[in-house]
Amino acid sequence: MSTWDDLAVGFAPHPRIDKPLKVSDFVRYQGASGDFNPIHHDPEFAAKAGFPTVFAVGMLGAGRLATYVTDWFGPDNVRKFGVRFKEQAWPGDELTYAGAVIERREENGERLVDLELRCTRQTGGIHLTGWATVIVP
Amino acid sequence: MTESFDLPVEFGKIREFAKATGSLHTRHFTAANAVTPPTFLMTAAFWQTAESNAWPKDRDMRRVLHASQEFVFPKGPPRVGTTLTGQQRIEDSYSKEGKRGGTMTFTTLLTEYRDEAGDVVAEVRNTLVETSKPPKADA
Repeated sequence: MSTWDDLAVGFAPHPRIDKPLKVSDFVRYQGASGDFNPIHHDPEFAAKAGFPTVFAVGMLGAGRLATYVTDWFGPDNVRKFGVRFKEQAWPGDELTYAGAVIERREENGERLVDLELRCTRQTGGIHLTGWATVIVP
Repeated sequence: MTESFDLPVEFGKIREFAKATGSLHTRHFTAANAVTPPTFLMTAAFWQTAESNAWPKDRDMRRVLHASQEFVFPKGPPRVGTTLTGQQRIEDSYSKEGKRGGTMTFTTLLTEYRDEAGDVVAEVRNTLVETSKPPKADA
């Protein structure tokens, strides 16, 4: 956990490199979230839709990017978290989660930090961009 | 106006969702006062009914992609034991020309969640993009 004094604009903790994505990761997330779109677990369905195979649920990477933030600041301290979906991620991809402080401010007696977030593929391609606001008690 | 729906915040679902998103943080695994992960309200899929869904039913879902998703918690993410009441509406809709031709229509669905006291404790924005041509693998 970072302290207020650590959190200067530009501060960035170590990125997290995840294990290669497996279809079972997609299935597990789909079971947990209730999004049963077959395009993420049924290769035949994905092929009919014009894709080479199944691809990752965007919200799985989003959830893991959120975990990167909650491991850093604690889950109770999140006030905002968002993602924008860029290129798809595929089975076997090794995703890296990273973030940096872009602003810090005090509002209504709370110390707030705004973060810029990113999830990239091993190719360098961007899977997700994200943003978050957290409080630092 | 769409109907509202109830979302009971359950401990088992918090644990399951935390594990599925790679979190082992103890705050998701303490039964008495577990806090939800930031993207937990995606589990509304289990609770929302057709009548409480604001997305127009006449759209061709083969041409729809998820563009962005945002969660705002004025006082922090919801905790176990509360039952939230969600209500969804279309907040915004606009079109623009895509880079490779064709029109892209963005629609933002806003779901407001209130606690038992009636206070808004979460706002979830789901932005969908509809293309005039079916999406490609490299989209």
